[in-house]
Order: sequence, then structure tokens, then C-alpha cells
Amino acid sequence: MRRVAIIGAGMTEFGELWDQSFRDMGIRAGFEALNDANLTSEQIDALYVGNMSAGRFIEQEHVAALIADYAGFAKNNTPSTRVEAGGASGALAIREAFMSVASGLHDIVVVGGAEKMTDISDEEVNAIQSSAADQEWETIFGATYPSLFALMAARHMHEYGTTREMLSAVAAKNHKHGSMNPKAQFRREIKPEDVSKSPMISSPLRMLDCAPISDGAAAVVMCPLDMAKKFTDRPVEILTTAMASDSLALNQRRSITEMAATKIAAKKAYNRTGLKPSDIDLAEVHDNFTITEIMAVEDLGFAPKGSGGKFTLEGKTTVGGEIPVNTSGGLKARGDPIGATGVAQIIEIVQQLRGDAGKRQVPDAKIGLTHNVGGTGSTVIIHILGVPQ
Amino acid sequence: MTKTPRYWRENQSRYNMIGARCTNCGKMYFPARAMCIECGRKSLGKMEKFKFSGKGSVFSVTTVHEAHEQYDFLKPYTLALIELDEGGKILGQIIDCEPEEIKIGMRVKSTFRKLGEEGKSGTIYYGYKFTKE
Repeated sequence: MRRVAIIGAGMTEFGELWDQSFRDMGIRAGFEALNDANLTSEQIDALYVGNMSAGRFIEQEHVAALIADYAGFAKNNTPSTRVEAGGASGALAIREAFMSVASGLHDIVVVGGAEKMTDISDEEVNAIQSSAADQEWETIFGATYPSLFALMAARHMHEYGTTREMLSAVAAKNHKHGSMNPKAQFRREIKPEDVSKSPMISSPLRMLDCAPISDGAAAVVMCPLDMAKKFTDRPVEILTTAMASDSLALNQRRSITEMAATKIAAKKAYNRTGLKPSDIDLAEVHDNFTITEIMAVEDLGFAPKGSGGKFTLEGKTTVGGEIPVNTSGGLKARGDPIGATGVAQIIEIVQQLRGDAGKRQVPDAKIGLTHNVGGTGSTVIIHILGVPQ
Repeated sequence: MTKTPRYWRENQSRYNMIGARCTNCGKMYFPARAMCIECGRKSLGKMEKFKFSGKGSVFSVTTVHEAHEQYDFLKPYTLALIELDEGGKILGQIIDCEPEEIKIGMRVKSTFRKLGEEGKSGTIYYGYKFTKE
């Protein structure tokens, strides 16, 4: 396999972007990434698009061809592929692109992730989100997407003594990080008490435990590491990609206080790179709900099982702490335009490793990890990025 | 979005709590599966229908305050993962008691109820919910 580097990155701000269409956002992110790498569309060998549900959000399928067209790639007849894995669609696009470059099939590849969620009602969005869970054996019985994570949270509290205060600490920390990210949907800090007092969604999860509904797009450009110097002085290497699956429905799992797919993908990623959790300088993890981040911090090996909440409460995952988690603000504060999320996680690590993260910069960051989840943990994709040695 | 055959296909499981047992290794499945995920192709033709008693205990529980359109009239309602006595877990609503009464470990049993309907003049579909044992 060839070593693969990211040579350009770009993204829209995340939020309620009522004046931008799906295609507007995709193109803006893509061009920012191409400009960052000093490339033109003629030089691109392939495009990969991560998108969960354009068919239901904007009634438009075949969005890979659409983005290729509007990006000007279609005039060169560039191959363009859309991939879907629920909330992990963005990371899956990164993985597919990585494999196509590593294998030698393509040299220069663009990855875009995009989702346009605010053109329809919140009720419709909620129904679409829950379609990443099991429609026949979960949703039909009244399960909402938050309710499935609420079941995990309730059990985690029962087994490990995780508290409301710990859940609230995750959201407050991610808002603090988001306040330092100019592209974040929420750039204001909140107090843990604000989370604890916010309206109940599905007990024990409250409104501010949940990531928002967002529009946004994010894009990166990859090429073989040995070509990267032609385009940039500061390439960031993708050291490995690792993926694992699990049952679609929660009731089929042995445990609901861990994501087995996270543990298995993490083990693969650490084994392939020879790295340990303590070698990771920062991580972007999937915090669609506060409990998801607590489980991720444990399952990725940063904190012992059951102590992820305490670890967060002690400030160990805050910038300046032992292992800063979600320096971008995470899904909670940066926003969660589903297909774009996994790509935005990669961009945060690229910015941090380049030293471009401004006020939220993790000093001397050399190695970063991303963790993107589909459904309730049915797909997990992990990437480890590093400054090339 | 909803279509009658989609519900009708699963009625056996949803009306009578019929799942499957792998006669190769003994693992229980709810809902039924045509193949045991542990035994793979060795289990083909060896999966047997199995009727669960519907009794079990609460493994985890949540009260849903923001519901999908179809269940909006019910909110707040309680949803639980239940560990079945014969093995395996199942997701369902717990009804006929106050949400505060329901704790992890509580004994429950299944009951046959209306789950929903396709609009005012559409098909009504039924299935299991749970009550205190």
C-alpha cells in the first residue's frame, strides 16, 4: 500500500444555512479544499461523496454526479461515488478515497461530505435520523433516535454510576471548544446547569445533551505522500483507517454500555500503527449525544471502562487536559450535518496538526484520531492522522 | 410511507412473540432469523420456531418526551429493553403504570395491543407491549 496524505481541506460554516442549497455548500467546501492544495479540477482523478439521506432531506438522489457536475469535474468525466453508512457516511467516504489512493488506482482524490437538513421540519428530520436504527424492530415500537441512546445512558448510569453532572460536563466542554471555532454552529459557552435544566427529550437525555440539526459541507484532497510536497509544505498523513460493524438493533447487543464496534476498530487502528491510546494527542469523537462521547472516551482506551464521565468532569478531555476531545466543538457545538460530520472531524485534526487551530490549538499536536459512528454503533470508522515522519 | 404488507409480514412475531431457536447451538433469536449468526451455514434448515413466554425483566428504560408523529399522542411514554427469561433482549413500551415506577430489574410480561394506524381510515396494526408482571 502507498502512504496517503491530505493536502487540502475546506468546509462551510455549519448551522442553519437557509440561503445555501445542497449544491452551493458542496461546491464551496470543495473549492476551498482545492484552493488549499493549489489544484484545479482537471487534476482530480476521482471524487467520493459522503451523504446519508439527500433523497429524504432534499428529495435528490444521485448526488455524487450532481456534485461532480457543479464542481466542474463532469466536464472531465471524473468518476464520482456516493457512500452511505448513516452517521458515519463522511468517514466512509474518507476511507474509500484512502483505499483508492493507497491501492494505486487513483493519485489525486477529493472527498466531500454534505447534508442539507433544514429544508424540512424537525419532525421529519427526527424520523430520518431514526431510520439509521432498525425500522422494523425499534422505530415501530416508538423508539426515537435519542431514545435508543437514552437506553444506553440509563444503563451506563446504572452499571457505572455515571451522573447527570457528568453528561452535562460533556456538552459544556464541547460548547467551550465550539466558542473558539469560527465554523461552529454554536459559538457560545453554556453552563453545565443549562444542560441539566434543558427540556427532557428522552430520559435521562435532555435537549442540550443532543447534537443539533445542521446544514453544512466539508471536503479534503488526498494524494500519495510522496507526491504531497508538490502541492503543500504541510501534508498530514492518514496513518490508518479501521472500521467495524455491529447489529443494527440495540436489543441484539451483548452490552449497551459500550460500542463493541468502537473497541474492535480501535484495536485494529492501534495494532496497524503500533500506537497506544496514550500516544494520541487529540481526538474528534462522535458525540451525537453526551453519553456517546463518554462511551467513546472509554472504548477508545483514553479512560478505563465506566470512568469516562468522571474523566470528562475532571477536565481531562478539555483543551489543555490530558487528551483533548472534540476541540472543534464536536457534533454538539460544531454541528452535525450528517454526511459532512466525518469529513469535518478529519479537517479539525488536519488544522490541529498543521498548527492552524487558533485559540483552541493543542500545543505540539503530532497525532490525532477521529471516531465516526453510524446508527447506534452499527458502524464505527476510526482514522489516525499524523505529521509525516 | 407505511404499507400494510410491511406489517403483515411480521405479524407472527409481533402477535405471538414467535422467534427462533438454533437447534445447532441453542441460541435464541427475537425476531426470528433464518440463519444463526454464531453457526452460520451450519444452522441452515436447523432454525426452529420458538414462542417466547413474553416474560422478563427491565434491562434499561427511558421515558420518551419527544416522539415521532405516529406516537405523539402517547407522549410521554416509556420504552424499555427487556431481558427475556428464555434469553435474548427485546425492545417495547411499558404501559399501564407510571413512568417513575419503572426501574431496571422490574419484572414485566407482554400484552397484545394496538401499535398504530395508517391515518384515520387506514389499516390498524397490532403487536406487543409490556405491563408489570
